[in-house]
Amino acid sequence: METFFQLLLSGIAQGCVYGLVAIGFVLIYKATEMVNFAQGDIMMLGAFITITLINHLHWNYFLAVVIAIGVMGLFGLALERLLLRRMIGESPFAVLMVTIGIGFVMRSVAGMIWGHNPRSIVTPYTDQSFQFGAVVLPIADVVVIVATVVLCSLTFLFFRYTRFGIAMQATSQNQLAANYVGISVKRVVAASWALAAAIATIAGILLLPLKSAYPEVGLILGIKAFAAAIVGGFGSLPGAMIGGLVIGLAEVFTKFWVDAEVGFSVSETSVYILLLIMLIVRPSGLFASLQKKKV
Amino acid sequence: MRFVLKTNYHRDVDLFRDKFQFCWFAVLLVFVLSLPMFTGTYVESQLTLVFLWSIAGAGLMILVGYTGLISLGHAAFLSVGAYTHAILLDLGVPPFVSIPSAMLLCSVLGVVVSIAALRMTGIYLAIATLAFAMIVEKVVKNWSSVTGGNAGFKVAPPEIFGWELNSTAYYYLCLLVLTLVMLGVSNLLRAPTGRAFIAVRDSEISAQATGINLVKTKALAFAVSAALAGLAGTLLAYQWHYLFPDSFSMITSIKLLMLVIIGGLGSMSGVIFGAIFMTLLPDGIATVREWLPDSIGNLPGLEPFSFGLILILFLIFEPRGISGRWQKIRLFFSQFPLYRNRTFRRQKSFLRTERVH
Repeated sequence: METFFQLLLSGIAQGCVYGLVAIGFVLIYKATEMVNFAQGDIMMLGAFITITLINHLHWNYFLAVVIAIGVMGLFGLALERLLLRRMIGESPFAVLMVTIGIGFVMRSVAGMIWGHNPRSIVTPYTDQSFQFGAVVLPIADVVVIVATVVLCSLTFLFFRYTRFGIAMQATSQNQLAANYVGISVKRVVAASWALAAAIATIAGILLLPLKSAYPEVGLILGIKAFAAAIVGGFGSLPGAMIGGLVIGLAEVFTKFWVDAEVGFSVSETSVYILLLIMLIVRPSGLFASLQKKKV
Repeated sequence: MRFVLKTNYHRDVDLFRDKFQFCWFAVLLVFVLSLPMFTGTYVESQLTLVFLWSIAGAGLMILVGYTGLISLGHAAFLSVGAYTHAILLDLGVPPFVSIPSAMLLCSVLGVVVSIAALRMTGIYLAIATLAFAMIVEKVVKNWSSVTGGNAGFKVAPPEIFGWELNSTAYYYLCLLVLTLVMLGVSNLLRAPTGRAFIAVRDSEISAQATGINLVKTKALAFAVSAALAGLAGTLLAYQWHYLFPDSFSMITSIKLLMLVIIGGLGSMSGVIFGAIFMTLLPDGIATVREWLPDSIGNLPGLEPFSFGLILILFLIFEPRGISGRWQKIRLFFSQFPLYRNRTFRRQKSFLRTERVH
C-alpha cells in the first residue's frame, strides 16, 4: 500500500510536468492553430538558463527562476515575431515542419553551449522529504504538484477575469470576429507564444530536481506532453492537465508492475501504445473540444 | 519557349512532355551509367546512397506530396524492411524471396497504420505514425534475440545466383531498381489511382463527391509508400553491412521528410534533387568546417544545426523546394523579359479547418 501511494505521488508529479508542457501546446494551438513541436525544447532551454544562473553565476534560486521565466517569455515573443508570423496562412504541415526545424536548431545550439552531459541544480528543497506514516514524500514531488495547482488556478483566473485573457479566448474562437471587435489579434498571438514559453520554462524548472537536463530532454518529453495534450483532447486546457496526469501515472505504474514481469522496458513504450489506442478509439480525446468541420 | 501541341487526349498524361524531354532523360541515363568508369569508389558509394534515399523518398513523396497524408515515422518502414530482409537472408532465404516478403510485410503494416489514418487527418496522423515508429524502434532495440539489439545485426553480402556483387555491380543494381521505381511511380501517378491520390490531397470532400473511395485510396497510398520504404530498407541493409536500431530513429524519419520538402513537394524529380542534397550536405558541412575557426568548426552539433536551419529557410522562402526553384529559373529564361514574380505567389488560406464554433 505504501508503494502504491509512493508511485501515485511520483506519477502525479511526473504527470504535472507533462501537463504543464501540454498546456503550452494547447495555448498556442488554440490561439493560432499552429502545432508547436519545439515546446519541449523551449522547456529544455528554460531549464538550462536556470542552471546557468544558479550554478555558474550563483544567483539566488528565486531570483534566477523569475529571470529565467522572463527571458524565455521574451524568447517566445521573438520566435513568433521572427519566424512563425511569416507562416500564418501556410499549411499546418509546413508550420509543423518549421517548429521541428526550430527544435533541431535549439537542441544543437544547447549542445554547443552547455555540452551533452546531464546537469542539475541544487534547490532549497533538494533531498528533503516529509515522513507521512510509512510513506515518504519527497519535497521535490510535492513542490511540483503545489506549483502546478497554483499555476493552473492563476491561468484559470487569467482567462476568466482579466481583459486580456478574455481577448485571448475570443481570438481563439474566431480571429476575424475578434479583430472586428477591436482586439489586436497580432498582440494576442504574440502573447500566447510568450505565455506558452514561460509555462514551459516553469515546467523545466520544476523538472530539474526530479530529472537532470540535457539537450535531448525536450524531444522525448515534448512527445510525451504532446501525447498528453491529445489524450486530453487537443484544445482543452484542463484536458491537457488531466492527459498529463494519465500519461505520468501510466508510465510510473507500468514501470513498476509490468517491466519487472516482462523483463524489458515496457514503460518507455507505454505512452506511445496509450496514444495509439487513444487515437484509434477516441481521436477527439477525453474532453473533445474539436469537431469535424461541417460543410 | 517550346509549345507542346496536343493532338490527342493521351498527350495530357504522357510520361514525357515531348521528345526533347525524353532525350534529356536518355542523356542523363547514359551519364549515370557511364559514371563509374570515371569516378572512384567514394563517389560511387555516395551515388548509390542517393539512389537508395531516392527510392525511400519516392515512397514518402507519394504519401506526403501526392496524397497529403503526413508521416513522421517512415523510418519504421525502412527499419522493418531492412531487418526482415537481413533476418531472412540469415535463415538462408534467397534475396529474390526475402526482398518481396519484406516489402509485403511493410505494406501490411502500412495498411494497419492507415486504419488509424482513416479516422484522423493532418497533425493527428503525424503523431500516430510517430507513435508507431517509436514502438517499432523500441521493439527492435529490446527484442535482441532476433534483431541483435544495440549490438547490431550483420547483413550477408549481396549476391545473385551465387555471384557476389562488388560495389560497382551494386551501383548498377540500385540504379536499375531506382529507374524501375521511378517509372512505376510516374505511371501510377498518371493513372486513375494516382489522380485519386491527388484529389484526396486537394480536397477530401470533393474527392468523395467524385466517387473516390477515401478508405481504399488512403490505404493504398500507405501500402505503396510503405512497400517502397521497405524496398529502400532492404537495399540499405546491403549498403550498410551492419544494422543498428539507431540508424532508424526519429531523426531518420525527419530527414526523410526534409528530403521531400527540400526536393519539392508534389514533384517526382524533386525526390532526386532532395536525395542529392541530403547526401551532399554532410560533405558540404565537413568542407565548411575547415574554413571556420577551430572553436566553431569543431563543434559536434553543427550538422543538426544546419539541417534545422536549412529546413526553416526552405519552408519560409522556397516552400516548393529545389524543384520549384528550378521551375522558376526555367520560366524566367523561357519568358525572358516578361517574367513576373507573382506567377508563383503562394495562395494563403486562412480557413480554419478542424474547428467549428
